[in-house]
Amino acid sequence: MPEFHPVLLARIDKPDSTSLAGYQADGGYAALKKALAMSADDVQKMVKDSGLRGRGGAGFSAGAKWSFLPKNHLGPIYLAVNADESEPGTFNNRILMEEDPHQLLEGIAITCHAIRSHTAYIYLRYEYGRSYRVLDAAIRECYASGILGKNILGTGFNLDVYLHRGAGAYICGEETGLIESLEGKRAWPRIKPPYPAIEGLFRRPTIVNNVETLCCVTHIIQRGVEWFKSIGVPPDPNNKRDVGSYGPKLYCISGHVNKPCCVELPLGVTARELIDTHGGGVWKGRKAKAVVPGGISMGFLSASELDTPLDFEGPGRAGCLGLGTAAVVVIDDHTSMVDVLYNCCRFMAHESCGQCTPCREGTDWSTRILDRIRHGKGRLEDIDLLLEVANSMGIIPGTTICGLADGAAWPVKNALTKFRGEFEEYIRAGRRSVKPADELMAAH
Amino acid sequence: MPVLSEELRNRIRAEFPKYPDKRAVTLPALHIVHDALRMVSPAAIVEIAELLELHPSEVSDTMTFYGFFHDKTPLGKRRVWVCRSISCMLRGGEELLAGLCNRLGVKPGQTTADGSVTLEYAECLGACEGAPCMLVNDECHMNLTEDSAAELIRK
Ligand SMILES: Cc1cc2nc3c(=O)[nH]c(=O)nc-3n(C[C@H](O)[C@H](O)[C@H](O)COP(=O)(O)O)c2cc1C
Ligand code: SF4
Ligand code: FES
Repeated sequence: MPEFHPVLLARIDKPDSTSLAGYQADGGYAALKKALAMSADDVQKMVKDSGLRGRGGAGFSAGAKWSFLPKNHLGPIYLAVNADESEPGTFNNRILMEEDPHQLLEGIAITCHAIRSHTAYIYLRYEYGRSYRVLDAAIRECYASGILGKNILGTGFNLDVYLHRGAGAYICGEETGLIESLEGKRAWPRIKPPYPAIEGLFRRPTIVNNVETLCCVTHIIQRGVEWFKSIGVPPDPNNKRDVGSYGPKLYCISGHVNKPCCVELPLGVTARELIDTHGGGVWKGRKAKAVVPGGISMGFLSASELDTPLDFEGPGRAGCLGLGTAAVVVIDDHTSMVDVLYNCCRFMAHESCGQCTPCREGTDWSTRILDRIRHGKGRLEDIDLLLEVANSMGIIPGTTICGLADGAAWPVKNALTKFRGEFEEYIRAGRRSVKPADELMAAH
Repeated sequence: MPVLSEELRNRIRAEFPKYPDKRAVTLPALHIVHDALRMVSPAAIVEIAELLELHPSEVSDTMTFYGFFHDKTPLGKRRVWVCRSISCMLRGGEELLAGLCNRLGVKPGQTTADGSVTLEYAECLGACEGAPCMLVNDECHMNLTEDSAAELIRK
């Protein structure tokens, strides 16, 4: 395989990585010029042919999603940029926005041309204050130099890009929750169909794409389909549904490693290589007990599964929900999986929007049961009770509106099947691991 | 006497052209008011609704979904959020939160008696490579110890 050179993160260490002048000096906005000289359909075709799959969690083909837009629609058509990044362990969108905002803006402009949209909203989680200021400045620079606004780059194409800040709710990352929130309502995910491509924001056709996905678009146009397909993993010939995992990917590594970081590598690197080569190994000379492969919603890999390739198919083969956000969280062998699972369940209970009973009640009860176990009052039956609750919630059993419930159920399923002995031992020994902070937060 | 000054109203009106529909200005308007007045009181909700041509209950319905906005007591001058999610928990985030509660003499969600700091817990702040971390208003600080965090809050 040819040597891999990062492209998405290529500029982030430059002193002027955020300025328009710096971006243009590195060849920035050449891809946009190239795209604007092509027809919208040809740009769509390139992205489809590249095999680019969404980086926001679901891994859906970007080109296919765009092709669902109604043909010959009179408009408006909207692009909603999903910059709500809130999956625990995930921070790659933040780095892209803070360190190279024009790369994203170029991807947005190319995508808007491809989908015939003249308005893009960047839905940015509120907590990303620095991203907000950097993007705001970059957007202003673009308007001032004719890269955004009317008749951009003299091509007759008009495009407005607006920043819209969220207010601290994970569910705004779910694409229809995001749309409801942007419209000024509770971020309650919508029942689908209709999918956003048919009826989305302000009841118009809407494409929702993740920040990293849009950054990839810039490079596909600039470097070509063959370049993109030369990176990553081709489809498994024995799996008809596998369409391949092409292109570079940003992997986040955090938790119990010596060097938490974000690295760009070809899709398909293993968890072990990420931990040992890029994360500096497990901290304090310890061993990894469990690894979150792609944000907590995806579940856990056990120590014997660390050679799983982190492409779109690998984590699923190991019983996880999927690649998710490719955010790897390492848990060392001194940490209790009971505590880790409690933390995951508490997050989901806090973030469930409450519309669907299985999700609202399931996330709450799993948190309560684990809380009881952590207080030394667990019963062995609690393990099967937790599994029963987990197996009854989500899109996969078909009981909820959105995928948050699957993401809440998966860590429970994985922890209790892959680490069952540890839960049993914890309960039998009547261990207790609540901390003062737990009591403080409970009292609130 | 209206709660929202003409300046705040103008800043809200300046958001209108970005959207085909005034209701979409709900979150921007709530942020503008919340930032300036450190809370969004029921009277402020009525005035926001008037500007957006909505019923106050519609604004309130949206606002209360996001645990973000305070509606009863004003926030302290600084709002501090300590992350409690997995990557931070694994590296001492919860101890950091408990330590800061101790030093400031508040529980999560409360404001110090002098009104200078509101301390809260947060879910993943998207800065997990710098765990444990916290936000002071919307500025993120990473790789904290209890001492360095307390120092930043005091500054
Ligand atoms: C509960 C939940 C939370 C999500 N959060 C995010 C998020 O923060 N960012 C994101 O890009 N996608 C998130 N997604 C996925 C989006 O619904 C959507 O698939 C994605 O933004 C599409 O963009 P992509 O095709 O470019 O990946 C979430 C999905 C669910 C079910
Ligand atoms: S699955 Fe959960 S988060 Fe999703 S819509 Fe239902 S209650 Fe809300
Ligand atoms: S878990 Fe604390 S910032 Fe992500």
